Amino acid sequence: MTANASLTLFDIVTLRREFPILNQVVNGKTLAFLDSAASSQKPRRVIDCLEDYYRRYNANVHRGIYRLSEEATFAFERARGKVARFINARSQREIVFVRNTTEAINLVARSWGDANLREGDRILLSIMEHHSNLVPWQMLAQRTGAKLEFLSIDGEGRLALDNLDAQLEGVRLVAITQQSNVLGTINPVAEIARRAHAVGALVLVDGAQSVPHMPVDVQALDIDFLAFSGHKMCGPTGIGVLWGRRAILEQMPPFLGGGSMIKVVGLHESTYADVPARFEAGTPAIAEAIALGEAVDFLQEIGMDRIYAHERELLGYALERLTEIEGLRVYGPRTTEMRGSAVSFTLEGVHPHDVAAVLDGEGIAVRAGHHCAQPLHAHYDIPATTRASFYLYNIPEEIDRLVAALRKVRTLFG
Amino acid sequence: MDDLYRELILEHYRHPRRRGRIDHPDISAEEHNPLCGDRVRIDLRIENGIITDARFDGRGCAISQASASMLTEEIVGMPVEQAKQFSKEQLLALIGIPLNHNPVRIKCALLPLKTLKVGLYGVGRAPDDDEM
Repeated sequence: MTANASLTLFDIVTLRREFPILNQVVNGKTLAFLDSAASSQKPRRVIDCLEDYYRRYNANVHRGIYRLSEEATFAFERARGKVARFINARSQREIVFVRNTTEAINLVARSWGDANLREGDRILLSIMEHHSNLVPWQMLAQRTGAKLEFLSIDGEGRLALDNLDAQLEGVRLVAITQQSNVLGTINPVAEIARRAHAVGALVLVDGAQSVPHMPVDVQALDIDFLAFSGHKMCGPTGIGVLWGRRAILEQMPPFLGGGSMIKVVGLHESTYADVPARFEAGTPAIAEAIALGEAVDFLQEIGMDRIYAHERELLGYALERLTEIEGLRVYGPRTTEMRGSAVSFTLEGVHPHDVAAVLDGEGIAVRAGHHCAQPLHAHYDIPATTRASFYLYNIPEEIDRLVAALRKVRTLFG
Repeated sequence: MDDLYRELILEHYRHPRRRGRIDHPDISAEEHNPLCGDRVRIDLRIENGIITDARFDGRGCAISQASASMLTEEIVGMPVEQAKQFSKEQLLALIGIPLNHNPVRIKCALLPLKTLKVGLYGVGRAPDDDEM
């Protein structure tokens, strides 16, 4: 491991102590948590932050005139500001707190989609999308008569962009993941956005797998919407983010109706609040939003560049070592170039569930299944894969244990 | 883990007993486990209220496929009415998985039984695990 750009092994050992859950024994072995793409673990300070809110200043936000409510409101809005700076948004008004990536995408589909799309309009997606960036558009297409088009992938699991300009004809919205949760492929979002904007289409980016793992700058990417989840980036569950260009958000009708999202309410009609409150009906996930702000501080103190570099080294080591296992096939790019650290694979003759069960017996947590990407698995004509995914707290030794456990699977199943 | 992959299950997974299809079966049913993509189809031949032939087809983990192999072997020669009453406890005992095992894997083990019951009862809705 190189010391300058990425985290040193010494840093990681110190860092791992910040994650109480990692220091436990599962099935007689030290836990090796290799499923951060599904949900990451939480550092102590994020857990403490949740508790601190409930113990010290629990009160509803944007309502009370009393001290506790003011403190809660201040912390809640400060978290919004932290998130805005984290992705380089122009204003914290562009940050809408939602439950998760799924809700963020549904918000855009329901609000922007219903108001703007007509029969025959096109939405361009890719076959590597997570169901959360596919099903909401299918539902929108059913409501409006809009048509879905799909970018395919090449043999390395990278988007086939040769015909992008032709495929963009009549497209009103491109909704694309920045990093595949199965293949690890990092898509050239800025390039796609440039060409999409040339035909007047908007660009929504699913950042669920990218925002936790690399620097993401919405102004540099020049996109229109970004959706991501707190729980995959060291934050709590139940809090996610929709970022949108302010000018676009301001033109969008509300998503859910209720408290907080209004200006004046009459018996028969109401006027709506400015963004982002317009999209945040009801009492929000206050503790979770504040703790997401803490998670953002934690990640930024380490540095997203260093986290990316650390994961890249782990990825390179994993890709190299996994070739030692007979009958193992890795899906997605074979090199670390424009590739995140989710590694999905199949082992010939062994179902992924069986692989994961044997690994669990060794204290190694991986995901097995279709990873909410059934069309992508259908493309490869496989029902499921096993996925190991890494984060800032993982170490090379855990990859050694993964490889040893896979050898054991090989022996067990012949 | 080791109690899950006992020799019996691995043996049935490697050498399934009644894998295949029946031409013009009297009953055919297919069920999926959307969680892991397991798929099991069971074809039955029924004569005078007795299951005279049973075959299964599908793909999935060792647990679901070994369970299908053992279940189809078990029900050949069984009266339909008796097969309808075949319980999940009986199936788990047959394949040797403890009832208190990881519920996700229990689901894999029960998929063939669910398929059988959908076929035998001829209903459009698969029974929940606790209804079997």
